[in-house]
Amino acid sequence: MINLSNEADAVYAAQFETMRDSGAAQRRTDAYRAFAARGLPNRRVESWHYTDLKAALTKPAPLATTHSVTHALARTHDAVRLVMVDGKLRPDLSDLDTLPAGVRMQCLQEALASAGPTVTATLWPDNADDAAIALNGALMQNGLVVTVAPGAEAPRPLELITLVSGNEPQAVFTRSALIVGAGAHIRIIETHGVLDAGTEAASLAGAQLNHVLTMRLDADAKVDLLTNVAGFGETSVSVVSLIAHLDARARLNAHQLIEGGGLLRRQIFAALDGEHAHAAFNGVTLARARQHADTTLVVDHRQPHGESHERFRTILDGQAVGVFQGKIIVRSAAQKTDGVMQSKAILLSDGATMNNKPELEIFADDVKCGHGATCGRLDRDQLFYLMARGLPRGEAESLLLAAFANEAMAGIEDEALRDFFEARIGAWLTGRAGA
Amino acid sequence: MAARQETVARVEAIDVDAYKYGFTTDIESEKAPKGLSEDIVRFISAKKNEPDWLTQWRLEAYRRWLTMREPDWARVHYPPIDYQDLYYYSAPKSTPGPKTIDDVDPELLRTYEKLGIPLREQEILAGVETRKVAVDAVFDSVSVATTFKEELAKAGVIFCPISEAVQTHPELVRQYLGSVVPVTDNYFATLNSAVYSDGSFVYVPKGVRCPMELSTYFRINEQKTGQFERTLIIADAGSYVSYLEGCTAPKRDENQLHAAVVELVALDDAEIKYSTVQNWYPGDSAGKGGIYNFVTKRGDCRGRNAHISWTQVETGSTITWKYPSCILRGDNSQGEFYSIAVSNGHQQVDSGTKMIHLGRNTKSRIVSKGISAGKSQNTYRGQVSAHRKAEGARNYTQCDSLLIGHDCGAHTVPYIESKNPSAQFEHEATTSKISEDQLFYAMQRGLSAEEATALIVNGFVRDVLQQLPMEFAVEAQKLISISLEGSVG
Repeated sequence: MINLSNEADAVYAAQFETMRDSGAAQRRTDAYRAFAARGLPNRRVESWHYTDLKAALTKPAPLATTHSVTHALARTHDAVRLVMVDGKLRPDLSDLDTLPAGVRMQCLQEALASAGPTVTATLWPDNADDAAIALNGALMQNGLVVTVAPGAEAPRPLELITLVSGNEPQAVFTRSALIVGAGAHIRIIETHGVLDAGTEAASLAGAQLNHVLTMRLDADAKVDLLTNVAGFGETSVSVVSLIAHLDARARLNAHQLIEGGGLLRRQIFAALDGEHAHAAFNGVTLARARQHADTTLVVDHRQPHGESHERFRTILDGQAVGVFQGKIIVRSAAQKTDGVMQSKAILLSDGATMNNKPELEIFADDVKCGHGATCGRLDRDQLFYLMARGLPRGEAESLLLAAFANEAMAGIEDEALRDFFEARIGAWLTGRAGA
Repeated sequence: MAARQETVARVEAIDVDAYKYGFTTDIESEKAPKGLSEDIVRFISAKKNEPDWLTQWRLEAYRRWLTMREPDWARVHYPPIDYQDLYYYSAPKSTPGPKTIDDVDPELLRTYEKLGIPLREQEILAGVETRKVAVDAVFDSVSVATTFKEELAKAGVIFCPISEAVQTHPELVRQYLGSVVPVTDNYFATLNSAVYSDGSFVYVPKGVRCPMELSTYFRINEQKTGQFERTLIIADAGSYVSYLEGCTAPKRDENQLHAAVVELVALDDAEIKYSTVQNWYPGDSAGKGGIYNFVTKRGDCRGRNAHISWTQVETGSTITWKYPSCILRGDNSQGEFYSIAVSNGHQQVDSGTKMIHLGRNTKSRIVSKGISAGKSQNTYRGQVSAHRKAEGARNYTQCDSLLIGHDCGAHTVPYIESKNPSAQFEHEATTSKISEDQLFYAMQRGLSAEEATALIVNGFVRDVLQQLPMEFAVEAQKLISISLEGSVG
């Protein structure tokens, strides 16, 4: 009898051999060992309790190699674009010439070859102990290392696009880093998807994306981060991670829109490692059919006077499974921490499942921390009210659901970007009502 | 010099070792040989003169236990337990089934007197107390006395040690034992199934409202003994019973194991109210000694409109691992969990509840108040789940934690799982310290820091205290203030 998990392990071992000499050999080897000691996480691993990656990846796809697709990408934002397709930077699709002053970009390979201590510390953070991230560290093919000079103020947002082409099942491992110098400010739009999204080829190909963005905010730096994961087919498996490290008075204002596809896990690890650091994480997850969408978040308060606010909304239809795991850690040094986390979910169908696990882990006494979680269906009274005023049921539902979801998007400061995200939510809801 | 002495005196006064039930009773006891084996299981079974099916049931549990692993997911840390270094059976020698209270060893009576547990019925009747509480006193592995049996029998209520129930009502025991917490449930419950020695059995017949509070008092006395009691409460259709449980143990340097199983069955329209004041020895201020309290408690709302309510005040034990749960199987059934968990010194608490919604229109409510002080860690871990058929299920959870001092930790780990769109789940949790303003206000009116803290803590836990029967509420309030002594200043 073939042991399926061993089959997956063997594939990863072989893939590691091909990647071993692609820079940072020692780090890669350490990461591979850390992965191999644990294997792919399954339900017995507490932080993966609701998402069985091992069962989903019994057949790891081959590492992506083909990047021959010529394609024009529609422009959705007024932003400076950096595009990676199948784990490779595509200069033809990127705006390499118009990088704002003070912003420098290197490919991961280049960065690894000439890595200074800051780049190394950012690429290999200490606050994300996770097997999927370890696997990424062992197999990372490429990525973008973006450095923002101290005090720089980027006038246009930077759009980091990671795409998997949809012709054959393939695995893409990318790791990007963003280093924001003291007092600098930048807006980042992070888009993950498949090329030719929506086509039959894309939805059947079964992309396996494992992407990690590591981020370091020096003192007084500010980052607005918008993340959109969309378009992955029903057989795809994606893990999209963010690891952030905030120094004193740094501010990270993050919003994400996760549109389900196959099995999808968004994980965020944030360490507030300076006094008065401030992080906000907001998100909307939309999933239907047999999609499985997991958002897992760990906010680690390590220094006094930190603040973190999390607001998440999940809407589930069909047989979809939603997961929200949020953990606020307050270390004993982190007195005067203020942490609030909220997760709300609406189930639209009898077959949907929501698992909420908001956690507090607190070792300091002078703090104010709280979380709230709710789960239920649309409010019947509100629905009745709208329908009594002549709205058809589908429209009334969409209106209420949009209001519910947009609450988590209200903190996007850039109006055009907020409109873009709200429009995407609207489109998903319309698609649902029309189906 | 004087100042130094004053400091020493003050430090002594705030010693967390202020455990007033820490005395031992010098009484000869009969023990099974140390260690655990099939022979010990047979020995216990033979001691209790059990029928063959029960011996086999125990042996099956023991064999199963050998294949299991000790759970390690809770946020508690302790050195490995040597299960062969424990006595699994210990009984006071002089009590081969006392007929009346006068047959009970006077030394034992004195012990319970010291603990404030009345075992003499006439004293209660003659006294000023107006409410009667029937008590089953369990000393190490055996029940030594049960009061008010006759009066209860008049109402048809069966209240006796479970070892006696096996003899007198074998059909009831056989039908319900292990039906809520199966033999295979978890490591400690399986161990309990193999070696449990005594505990209480309650059966309330159809439509009967139990005329008085029932109570069990557990006392671990012997060294190196594990206490494994088993409680089974059955409330037949339309009945009501309120049951209280209390516990203490002597101060000893080594850790003692307490792995109990409590099973509740509520049939149609029945209600069970189960209250616990847990005050096992928590270990000394250096974290030495104390009871490991690894308990499985579960209630099954088997009938329609059944209602089970757990109320617990947890102040003792060095480690608590306890999740009183409700299986809401019957339509419209209700589960409640009210908890105060106080930890001080080096105590570790990992406690909470599970509300499993299976039936339609089932409701549950969780109110948990955790207070951590000293170097303790206090974790609330709870699960609320609605299954596909749990149409209209509702849950409201509130868990608040209070931190006193900066070496302690308070943690909240809820699992909220819904598979039904009509289920409405709400969960809220907060963690904070006692507000400076409140303290200032109370102290400004002449209270010391400690008194002010006690006052505020009492307000913090009031929601839960109100759920306790009156006598227990008073005791619990006192206990909480004793447990927190030395945590301020």
